[in-house]
Amino acid sequence: MTIKNQSVALIDCNNFYVSCERVFNPALKRKPIIVLSNNDGCVIARSQEVKNLGIKMGVPWFKVQGFAKNHKIITYSSNYTLYADMSNRVMKIISEFGSHQEIYSIDECFLNLTELKHIDLNDYGQRIRARINRLLGLPVCVGFGASKTLAKIANHLAKKHLIYNGVCDLSIKEHDVLDALFFKIQVKEVWGVGKRIEKKLVELGINTVLDLKRSSPRVLRKKFSVTMERTVRELNGESCIPLEEVTRPKKQLICSRGFGIPVFSLDELSEAITTYTTRVAEKLRYQKSVATMVYVFIQTNPFKNKDQQYNSGRLISLMKPTNDTRELISAALRGLKSIYKPGLAYKKAGVLLDNLLSSNQYQKCLFDDIASQKNSESLMQAIDRINSKMGSGTIKFTGEGLQKRWSAKSEKKTQCYTTSIDEIPVAHCGPN
Amino acid sequence: MKNKTSILIPIEVTPESPTGEWPVFASTIAAGFPSPADDYIESYIDLNEYLIQHKEATFFLRVRGDSMRELGILNNDLLVVDRSLPVNDGSIVIATIDGEFTVKQLFNNQKGCVLKAANPEYKDIVVNSEDDLEVWGVVRWAIHKL
Repeated sequence: MTIKNQSVALIDCNNFYVSCERVFNPALKRKPIIVLSNNDGCVIARSQEVKNLGIKMGVPWFKVQGFAKNHKIITYSSNYTLYADMSNRVMKIISEFGSHQEIYSIDECFLNLTELKHIDLNDYGQRIRARINRLLGLPVCVGFGASKTLAKIANHLAKKHLIYNGVCDLSIKEHDVLDALFFKIQVKEVWGVGKRIEKKLVELGINTVLDLKRSSPRVLRKKFSVTMERTVRELNGESCIPLEEVTRPKKQLICSRGFGIPVFSLDELSEAITTYTTRVAEKLRYQKSVATMVYVFIQTNPFKNKDQQYNSGRLISLMKPTNDTRELISAALRGLKSIYKPGLAYKKAGVLLDNLLSSNQYQKCLFDDIASQKNSESLMQAIDRINSKMGSGTIKFTGEGLQKRWSAKSEKKTQCYTTSIDEIPVAHCGPN
Repeated sequence: MKNKTSILIPIEVTPESPTGEWPVFASTIAAGFPSPADDYIESYIDLNEYLIQHKEATFFLRVRGDSMRELGILNNDLLVVDRSLPVNDGSIVIATIDGEFTVKQLFNNQKGCVLKAANPEYKDIVVNSEDDLEVWGVVRWAIHKL
């Protein structure tokens, strides 16, 4: 598994959602900006100005709302249509810089540059930065290392310290140079070290990246898992985690959202569950899978301590794997009925599809109704095609409801500047 | 989104039991005579291909106002803006001034940059180095509905 002398880059957009908003609204330059999660629940992106004010990632919006107002922070609901389009553009541009690319998340990707020998990586990183900034107006940082884990750390350094000017190359640094840097970085900054693992590592006296680098891979494998062993080896310059160039179909799909207002009735919860199931079924067909299980859950608002709290979910297994929205809705609603308790103020609901199989791989059962299955396939295809051509929701299932009183708040969402002809930015040509 | 027509498909919540109908036979047969024109189909005219050189760097903007009238850019036109194109002397650009996008023709002289409108009613803007001017992209097409 281990390959030596690899050269890996991690390119990561700075404050991606905020930066996307800035591209299309020049008035936002140098202003403090926050982007909120679905339903305006939490802070999920902050401009540097906001970071400097001390607002942390992920805090519930209601906790910092007053502070934000006092500091004239501009706030937006998340505009995922815009961010997804900009992300596709970023990834396409980056793909021109290397033949092996792993898109790791909406705003970051790895490149394997091992085949590019004798190039000045700092210079190459600056070229990537300049290209994305020129073509899209988005700032990015680039980190290089001999493994993905090292590239991640290099990127972290490039982001944190101005001295790197956005590009940090750790791929050829001697061990003592790396050690001097790693001595100052907390272990939680290492790729794959989440809160729980961090706590356990600190208990073992492993506080810094250097401590982890010097740990015994075998010992840590016993205490944690093989993943931790790989992490230690990667910190020492052995590449153990290969690039995943093809995104594998997901094994689970979920659609869950908080409500804009508390929801009490089974009817309205059913509308929400129908809507979410419809959405998740679209995703299911898009990745050409079928589901064998549907999980439905509902919950009250944990921030309202005075309210009676209730969280419940129900797993329904389907008679046969399917991606027909009608069958999935029917199962999801059966699940919902079985867990619904009247008189409570529900804040959130969701639908999860589990045990997904590839739609052409699953075993047909003896009594499959082939004719009705063909019918179902054509109907779903037709719906997907119309909705993708004429806008999602052009054809929908009646159970979704028309009013959707419960639908999530996204009061401060900007326009779909790049994907909807009615919402493109305005170029001013004199007073009008 | 608000005025969009929706088609509604009713669905039934069915009990867990199978429908009780079993298929006997299911297959399809392809038939028919191939069209003699099949060999001559080349492709259709793709306006995207014609208007857009660099897809990732291309954005659309809507014109408001008539300050670029004499260069054929009219109120309500659709602009195709390519951020990958080089900015030359005389390029028509999207510039950001005072937090807004504006369309101007850009000229370089010894004093610096001048942004010119294409309408005598509008004055030139001489850009000082301390001004917050940014060239956002180069306008490649103005699409005008008759």
